[in-house]
Amino acid sequence: MSFEKFFNTAVSSWMSQEGPDSDIVLSSRIRLARNLVDFRFPTVFSSEEAQQIVSLFEQTFAYRSYHPVGRFELLKMSELQPIEKRVLVEKHLISPLLAEDSPFGACLLSENEEVSIMINEEDHIRIQCLFPGLQLTEALEAANELDDWIEEHVNYAFDEKLGYLTSCPTNVGTGMRASVMMHLPALVLTQQMNRIIPAINQLGLVVRGTYGEGSEALGNIFQISNQITLGKSEEDIVEDLKSIVQQLIAQERMAREALVKTLNIQLEDRVFRSYGILANCRMIESKEAAQCLSDVRLGIDLGYIKNISRNILNELMILTQPGFLQQYAGGVLRPEERDVRRAALIRERLKMEEKKHGG
Amino acid sequence: MICQECKQRPATMHFTKIINGEKTEFHLCEQCAKEHGDMFMFYENDDFSLNNLLAGLLNFQTPMKEMTANTFPNSDILQCETCKMTYHQFTQIGRFGCSDCYRTFARYLPPILKRLHSGNSTHYGKIPKRKGGVLHLRKQLSILKQKLQELVAREEFEKAAEVRDQIRSLEYQLRQRGEEEM
Ligand SMILES: [Zn+2]
Ligand SMILES: [Zn+2]
Repeated sequence: MSFEKFFNTAVSSWMSQEGPDSDIVLSSRIRLARNLVDFRFPTVFSSEEAQQIVSLFEQTFAYRSYHPVGRFELLKMSELQPIEKRVLVEKHLISPLLAEDSPFGACLLSENEEVSIMINEEDHIRIQCLFPGLQLTEALEAANELDDWIEEHVNYAFDEKLGYLTSCPTNVGTGMRASVMMHLPALVLTQQMNRIIPAINQLGLVVRGTYGEGSEALGNIFQISNQITLGKSEEDIVEDLKSIVQQLIAQERMAREALVKTLNIQLEDRVFRSYGILANCRMIESKEAAQCLSDVRLGIDLGYIKNISRNILNELMILTQPGFLQQYAGGVLRPEERDVRRAALIRERLKMEEKKHGG
Repeated sequence: MICQECKQRPATMHFTKIINGEKTEFHLCEQCAKEHGDMFMFYENDDFSLNNLLAGLLNFQTPMKEMTANTFPNSDILQCETCKMTYHQFTQIGRFGCSDCYRTFARYLPPILKRLHSGNSTHYGKIPKRKGGVLHLRKQLSILKQKLQELVAREEFEKAAEVRDQIRSLEYQLRQRGEEEM
């Protein structure tokens, strides 16, 4: 398969659009956890119950058109290859839990990949809406509409006092997890993140580096989401998160300005060295790739680099993960082989940009 | 503890996964976690961190559970009739078995929910359209009443009259539902 063809099928259409503040906010996501009243939760349900739930959703929603996003396709985890599942995970369309541990898991996926509904993960369903840039309100609206549409056909487990009943007590109430993915290289470079993360935690929000708890953020990308789901309305949760994100955007922009003022030439040097590595390397580990991509993306935002599209970080962070690398290679790869393939894929992607801009 | 994967380096990363109600723990060194962890990379890890949080919380409750075991001899066999999950199992797994568990374990839940949700224990968000029934009407009513006040304050009387009619119709529906339920 040619790289361009691979690339065009690999990148979701929503991903290549730019949203508000997309120099710093890569994506906004709303996830709603819902359960059906007549079935036990996936923690203990029987395989018959699991299959009944899948067929209920298959009959009611699959191949139906839902006007804002088009048709839904139903993917059963048991019918997918491990690499295919992994690719869905890497695209953030399903969770690792659904891919690995849910024998009766399924997913309803909209044509444009903006919306996915996971079935039989930790809860019976998890509705997920993904938007580019800072569009939490829009994502919430979309998720709410979809939620209403589904509720026309099924009975949700809901309690007057406790709200939507979820399998885990951390999700009860709204069942909502709102999150944004942010690129914060200047706050990391100026060592402000260490100070900011505990402050944000105190406000009832969670900040994670993309390599999980406690370890450094890969490619300076952080995910910020709400911790509390009970006692606050969806709108208030989203507003609180948005206001913190906006403050972080302002701080990141200030830190970038300060960096340009004090270390302009060093910064430019760093950006172009990273570009040089990406454009020429023959082997690259995911950590180094992520750091170089972050530098290049900062270089684009600061105007040092002109002929590369901004989505490069977003796209390549996703495309250079093991699932995609192996899909591109057409088979299973050992870690060293991945480093070679990763380097090749990044070079191809950069070459594609050159062609596009007549360089 | 040594890494369960390479069995050489010390395990520094600890994950808990719950698969079909069974808790599996992973103890990996950073290097092996990276190999494995490629899978956990670059997307939400919220289940992992919240798992840890919850495990900590329920561990915190262990002494209290022993205490209650003496005070209420039945607490250990407190069991959900629908899904058969016991309260003890719930504290081990950190997950409910079905929506009825919430009712069965109701008396133990407020402190847990309050700790997880910054002191909150009552839902204040969306109400499903069909299932919400009366609750939904009541919420709509309070929103409309607020809107009416705002419109009156802005002297937009024509719109205010429309909202007032909507309020009347809602109040009528609520009264009817109330009578049905009685
Ligand atoms: Zn190891
Ligand atoms: Zn139960």
